[in-house]
Amino acid sequence: MAKYLLLKHYRGAPAPANDVPMDKWTPEEVSAHVQYMRDFAARLEETGEFIDGQALAPEGTWVRYDGEGRPPVTDGPFAETKDLIAGWMVIDVDSYERAVELAGELSAAPGAGGKPIHEWLEVRPFLAAPPTVPECPHR
Amino acid sequence: MNEALLRRLTPSVLAVLVRRGADFAAAEDAVQDALVEAVRGWPADPPRDPKGWLITVAWRKFLDATRADAARRRREDLVEEEPQPGPVPAVDDTLQLYFLCAHPSLTPSSAVALTLRAVGGLTTRQIAQAYLVPEATMAQRISRAKRTVSGEGASPAPVKPGARGRFDRPGDVATVLRVLYLVFNEGYSGDVDLAAEAIRLTRQLAAQFDHPEVAGLLALMLLHHARRATRTAPDGSLVPLAEQDRSRWDTTLIAEGVEILQAALARDRLGEFQAQAAIAALHADAPTAEETDWVQIVEWYDELARLTDSPVVRLNRAVAVGEADGPRAGLAALAALDTSSTSSSGKGSPLPRYTAVAAYLHERDGDLATAARLYAEAARKAPSLAERDYLMRQAARLNTRRAR
Repeated sequence: MAKYLLLKHYRGAPAPANDVPMDKWTPEEVSAHVQYMRDFAARLEETGEFIDGQALAPEGTWVRYDGEGRPPVTDGPFAETKDLIAGWMVIDVDSYERAVELAGELSAAPGAGGKPIHEWLEVRPFLAAPPTVPECPHR
Repeated sequence: MNEALLRRLTPSVLAVLVRRGADFAAAEDAVQDALVEAVRGWPADPPRDPKGWLITVAWRKFLDATRADAARRRREDLVEEEPQPGPVPAVDDTLQLYFLCAHPSLTPSSAVALTLRAVGGLTTRQIAQAYLVPEATMAQRISRAKRTVSGEGASPAPVKPGARGRFDRPGDVATVLRVLYLVFNEGYSGDVDLAAEAIRLTRQLAAQFDHPEVAGLLALMLLHHARRATRTAPDGSLVPLAEQDRSRWDTTLIAEGVEILQAALARDRLGEFQAQAAIAALHADAPTAEETDWVQIVEWYDELARLTDSPVVRLNRAVAVGEADGPRAGLAALAALDTSSTSSSGKGSPLPRYTAVAAYLHERDGDLATAARLYAEAARKAPSLAERDYLMRQAARLNTRRAR
């Protein structure tokens, strides 16, 4: 059992194969896409693999400390080609293979023309607590 | 109301119902109903025989539910035909639960969840907390597991009392032990210590089921548990074995683990848990890290490699060889370990600890530059935060020393 973060990007990921901006889809295509995501999450709830999922607004701002007594520096949201996360889902699955399989399924969400968008998703394992038994007993 | 008593009794009551032919999910519902009645009624009117009371009430609940459900007519017939069983030793019943929960068609996480629920008597909320997942997620996992087990296990032919043949197949025992070991490895969070729970369940199993590997697993758990408090510093950082405060190891647990292990080994049916426990015992026995009997540990790893031949075992053996015969010998053993075969879970990368072991052996061999580079690389691949921080500190320590 291991937790994985499936990350969906607004920007920063390689372009999907079916690369049509969402505002150029038909309303029906948008609905089909949203429904697919909902069904996917519901199915994972059913299998006991769902932890959490949220969508994020695209207006991210980069913020940095700029020294004592000075206001933080802000940069963006529209600077260059920074990564921008659109949303995430956290799953708890038996193996890395299962996490990849599910990400692949999520990436097949329908887009323009009702065809899968083949969107790139990022799969990141959570750093866990160390197990009770170290893999190596010399620890 | 004695909650601990109820929790202790629940699994055996459930087991009696399952043995009498109730399918798993229905039996669980019936037991839950009986528990509700117990919570309501016992404070005013405590029963003389709590377990008998629970069995009677749960069985009545089950029959009520079964009769009420026309679709379950067939099962009802089965129930009617069965003679009311007389008193039988409870041990066989709980044993059956262990094996049911290790059903081969369950995924590991489902088997673990079901075991904690059915055999351990934990609540769904407690199990969810321990695994840091939402309660609804855990509830789904458990109910799916129950459906799987009921669908394939109970309806065609419930195991007849006394028919213990299937429990003697080594494959069955191995699965049960693997599930218990998974529970143990999960450690703890929330209000349930899963390691302690795994020990409790394995103790029960060992008391009911005479098998050297069950004893081996129990010994292994006790020996690891004995030094758990010293494996992490108060701030949560990892403390390697050589630096652990041995005066804080639990000597009672170590003595018990060693005794159980010796009795198991004397029966001359070696298995991987006994071999692992033997290695843990040699570590636990050494008064100081320097006095560790590495030569014997290498021999046990050879046994273990013969039994399992897993890359993890060969990796750990390389560490032991490095201690027994010097870092050069350790590096040679490591090199002999074909890196392509050390990929874990098909990710195509070497075992996470492969690089860490290489770093450690290079440091002991005096090649600090290589060691520092490998520690940093190992840190990037570390699966846990504590391990990553530990490895990063090792890299930083060597780099600081070299910069001076």
